[in-house]
Amino acid sequence: MSNARTAPVRTALIHLALLSYTVIALFPVFLTVVNSFKSRAAIFREPMAVPSPATFSLIGYETVLKQGDFLGYFQNSMIVTIASIALVLLFGAMAAFALSEYRFRGNLLMGLYLALGIMIPIRLGTVAILQGMVATGLVNTRTALVLVYTAQGLPLAIFILSEFMRTVSDDLKNAGRIDGLSEYSIFFRLVLPLVRPAMATVAVFTMIPIWNDLWFPLILAPGEATKTVTLGAQMFIGQYVTNWNAVLAALSLAIMPVMILYVIFSRQLIRGITAGAVK
Amino acid sequence: MGSLQLQSIRKSFGNQDVLKGIDLDVKDGEFVIFVGPSGCGKSTLLRVIAGLEDASSGSVRIDGKEVSAVPPAKRGIAMVFQSYALYPHLTVKDNMGLGLKQVGETKAVIDQRVAKASAMLSLDPYLARRPSEMSGGQRQRVAIGRAIVREPKLFLFDEPLSNLDAALRVQTRLEIAGLHRRLKATMIYVTHDQVEAMTLADKIVVLNAGQVEQVGSPMELYNKPTNLFVAGFIGSPQMNFISAEKLGQSGAKTIGIRPEHIALSREAGEWKGKVIHVEHLGADTIVYLEAETTGLLTVRLFGEHAYAPDDIVHATPDTVLMHRFDAEGRAIS
Ligand SMILES: Nc1ncnc2c1ncn2[C@@H]1O[C@H](COP(=O)(O)OP(=O)(O)OP(=O)(O)O)[C@@H](O)[C@H]1O
Ligand SMILES: [Mg+2]
Repeated sequence: MSNARTAPVRTALIHLALLSYTVIALFPVFLTVVNSFKSRAAIFREPMAVPSPATFSLIGYETVLKQGDFLGYFQNSMIVTIASIALVLLFGAMAAFALSEYRFRGNLLMGLYLALGIMIPIRLGTVAILQGMVATGLVNTRTALVLVYTAQGLPLAIFILSEFMRTVSDDLKNAGRIDGLSEYSIFFRLVLPLVRPAMATVAVFTMIPIWNDLWFPLILAPGEATKTVTLGAQMFIGQYVTNWNAVLAALSLAIMPVMILYVIFSRQLIRGITAGAVK
Repeated sequence: MGSLQLQSIRKSFGNQDVLKGIDLDVKDGEFVIFVGPSGCGKSTLLRVIAGLEDASSGSVRIDGKEVSAVPPAKRGIAMVFQSYALYPHLTVKDNMGLGLKQVGETKAVIDQRVAKASAMLSLDPYLARRPSEMSGGQRQRVAIGRAIVREPKLFLFDEPLSNLDAALRVQTRLEIAGLHRRLKATMIYVTHDQVEAMTLADKIVVLNAGQVEQVGSPMELYNKPTNLFVAGFIGSPQMNFISAEKLGQSGAKTIGIRPEHIALSREAGEWKGKVIHVEHLGADTIVYLEAETTGLLTVRLFGEHAYAPDDIVHATPDTVLMHRFDAEGRAIS
């Protein structure tokens, strides 16, 4: 199946590269999931083997579900992640629209200021954040986490979305203004649907660090009622003894929701509806 | 019910002056065309009239009413954009009806007006489609339909036909001319295309570098350009400009003569020269020649002629139709 654009050797090399990357990327996930279904002895004896009838064991999952309130942890993680993504997308898109659409004094400076957070990690401000949360009584609430993650996600979101919004046709927005749409309608009804692929990208980039974060849950919300999954899984890791079955089972379970969210967003990534808007 | 007055409109972006004091008077029902080189501020002027851009100074009056503080939707205008600018998520019918829906018209009124416009533009079979399912010509007709449905006092067109192919452009041009006759509305139209300008306009406004060079009917601009810029801009091929010195004429700096006002002969004539290139267009033949006294001359002959490069010919201008310009480029009458 060779034609003008694809030499067979080149195609083979490209596939080889892609396949090896896929293997490397999937291997830790594979190891985690496979070992979560094995007995403790089997994990240490043959970590690479798939579970056989002799080594198969659900002990890890049983421990996870019995000890602690794992369902509650999941719920916390989901609530925090989804609320943060929603706020990041909403405020990020609004700021990006203002920066890309309106000419006002200090526009460029404002853009730089808002993008500064990409370069400066929010964790540098942990102490101040903690003091603030204590002062406002938000320690050990999910609100504290949502606020911090929204702040953490906004810079990149604004940066990516404002670049995309610059590409939305001026004529289209002007046509909306002439037809009497308010600036809010233009934003929500004309511009947002057209930058949907960019929104999905931002959602994915925002979601993964939040879901996986251990730092802020540990510092701001370590209470039993507000624990997230990543923090919850820590209780199986002890200084002297680690319950590997439970850790692996908890991690396997933690992969699921984030996978589902990813699938939802990545479908949006592919489906652009710009075609036919202009030209 | 659709007059427009512009008074010393200025517009700057930062320290770049784009419009430098535009005065213009458009009477009700007129078809006015803005022409000018790229970047001269035509679209900016149109956007100022529409209210999409605030003028830095000056006043815009529609129907005698100052509209500087009136938002675009309330100015009684409709605009057709070069890039169509249809709403991608709405059907053709909803695209056309959105403006009316926003001002709270009843469904019956909207349906009736959309039906009228779509009949006018033969869009009936496409009403349920989305813009992505239509061709460029059809989309531009929808964009025009969206303007008609609003029944504006003033139509603004920004190069509406420049994305269409030649045949479709002629057809849509005829439709727009028909529309103007039927609706008797005031229309302001920006174009690069000379033919569009000459055929559609009641009045042409020639803009250059943010200023009005001349306003007049197409024939006025063709026959009596007031300066070198207009003389060179209107008419294709471009007018020949010859320095008056070479012709031994006094009282003028430059002499202009249109290519169609020069006769060619193999035997005798005023200016002897050698043919350097010939373009056969069927109805016309364009001959480029290097004349001894005048330098490069373009001559447009009607019908087919058998001139070939290197032929020696004699050109004779029609002296009555010559244009004379002074040192500042102003026409001398
Ligand atoms: N938003 C803006 N910011 C800064 N400069 C602008 C802006 N819009 C237009 N300009 C400048 O104003 C000048 C006139 O632009 P305009 O679009 O009105 O030209 P035009 O006559 O419509 O040209 P064309 O025939 O190519 O469409 C250009 O030099 C352009 O660079
Ligand atoms: Mg323009």
